[in-house]
Amino acid sequence: MEAATAEPVGVVAPRATPTDVVGLGRRRALGFVAPAFALIGVFLIFPALWTLYIGATNFRLTGTAARSPDFVGLDNYRHALEDPSFYRSLWLTVIFVLGSAVIGQNGLGFALAWVLRGVRRWVRRSVETLVLLAWILPSSVVAFLWIAMLDRDGGTVNAVLGNTPGVAWLIEYPMAGIVVFNIWRGTAFSMMLYSAALSSVPPSQLETARLAGASDAQTLRDVVFPHIRRYALTNTLLITLWTFNDFTPFLITAGGPNHRSEILPVYLFNTAIIGGEMGYSGAISLIVLLINLVLALVYLRAGRRRPA
Amino acid sequence: MTVMLAVVRRIGFYVAIGFATAFFAIPLLWLLSAPFDDPPTYAVRLPRHFSVENFAEIARNRYAVPALVNSLLLAIGTMAVVVAAAALAAYALSRVRVPGRDALLYVLLLLSSVVTGTAAMVPIFLLMFQLNLIDSRFGVVLVLSGGLLPAAIFLLKDFIDTIPRSYEESARVFGASPLQILRHIVVPVARPGLATIAVWTIVQVWGSFLTPFILLRDQGKQPAAVLVRTFYTEGGSPNLGLLAAFSLLYSIPVVVMYLLAWSRYGFRFHGGIKS
Repeated sequence: MEAATAEPVGVVAPRATPTDVVGLGRRRALGFVAPAFALIGVFLIFPALWTLYIGATNFRLTGTAARSPDFVGLDNYRHALEDPSFYRSLWLTVIFVLGSAVIGQNGLGFALAWVLRGVRRWVRRSVETLVLLAWILPSSVVAFLWIAMLDRDGGTVNAVLGNTPGVAWLIEYPMAGIVVFNIWRGTAFSMMLYSAALSSVPPSQLETARLAGASDAQTLRDVVFPHIRRYALTNTLLITLWTFNDFTPFLITAGGPNHRSEILPVYLFNTAIIGGEMGYSGAISLIVLLINLVLALVYLRAGRRRPA
Repeated sequence: MTVMLAVVRRIGFYVAIGFATAFFAIPLLWLLSAPFDDPPTYAVRLPRHFSVENFAEIARNRYAVPALVNSLLLAIGTMAVVVAAAALAAYALSRVRVPGRDALLYVLLLLSSVVTGTAAMVPIFLLMFQLNLIDSRFGVVLVLSGGLLPAAIFLLKDFIDTIPRSYEESARVFGASPLQILRHIVVPVARPGLATIAVWTIVQVWGSFLTPFILLRDQGKQPAAVLVRTFYTEGGSPNLGLLAAFSLLYSIPVVVMYLLAWSRYGFRFHGGIKS
């Protein structure tokens, strides 16, 4: 009966055992899974499905539409597709994801993993610890660390650059601010993943490349890259999914000034929770859900093709 | 000539490492120095006047200590719900074969990474609004549990699958009931797995911002994650001393738990699990 379902990655292979070893019984087994499945059903699956309905109404938090929302069909989607503020937000999200995750975290994570192989153990440990700390500290704390860094009058960045009067970085370059922040915040994952990936490159091949007089760039391209290509794909998909859903930039710029760093998660918050336009935000949520689903499915496919 | 080149390259190499280290270290240094400075500034610097007065501020603030208690309540509450519900479900799923079980688990795991806090913000807010669970810490515990459970069940089931069934079979021969078997045999053997899930849940909840932020309006009920933001966004110039000391105090448990998990189990790579 196991063979009927596709065997997912990472699941222990089914052993030839009878259906119910410890005499739990179907009914009791059902009782055991019920609490967990009820919670998942109500707080994970139902909200996702309900989004379909909310997005098709004119639900608002206040006024008459709050008590009896009307069904408006695809109006919200039409509205979104005609709304320049939605496009602006989508575009800012693309810049944020590409700049901070796909290029920034990927690039810096790989560079660190590559460079740290060749240094003394204590140097490696110290750098890794710092990078990991940036990753594990609570988001509202690290957000303020960067607000302080980039402050116009007392910030460390202006002090180091000797800017007097200082540059108000988060007002003049809000997108660059949150991109740099997110590189700092999230590089740890890519670094750890790439150091694991790099240990799968056979040292003998690196040695051969060195003896053959290959330059670093040639070694990376011809020896290292073929080994870590799949890891790179997996990593890129995961950090894209996370960065796309990351709400932390809200803590730094709140989407401002004047919507200039209003990436989709912040846009959703501002239209839904602040603006109270639930129907319209429901439609945007569904778009976000679908993008997430596509990313996750591509991730699964990429994972499944990896040789075990 | 080649020696020169090698030396230059070596120097360049260490300069690059130095820059990367500075990039990661400098923002963190504020968290170490500012809490002990009187008064601290935005800039990273050694404390001019070393003092622990900022920590006394925490005790004097109306919301600071309650916020830490709220964080603890949310973390412990969610941990209890997740560990209990996941253990029961994972055990049943591990020991009773149901067709399509693994596919179902996989779909749930997929869903939990697709239905993120951001994507579900609107329906979750409306749901809690209509259930009258806005401003309820219990409501936040339920929402967070729903999001964490799929991964917890998945990890625990993998763990329980590796426990041999022979103990349970012999206990059954001696007439133990399934709940007794679970309590006296499975739970003790599965303790490391349960502990991992417990620590993982606490770390996730301790740092989570968005869900409590949208669901808890009453400042007296908000956890530390939300209060830290209030400290630096609420009117006028923030009280940096209080903010710095409180941030440090609030951050320490997460770091300690990571160190604990690290020293005990080594660095485990939970790819795709950190949400």
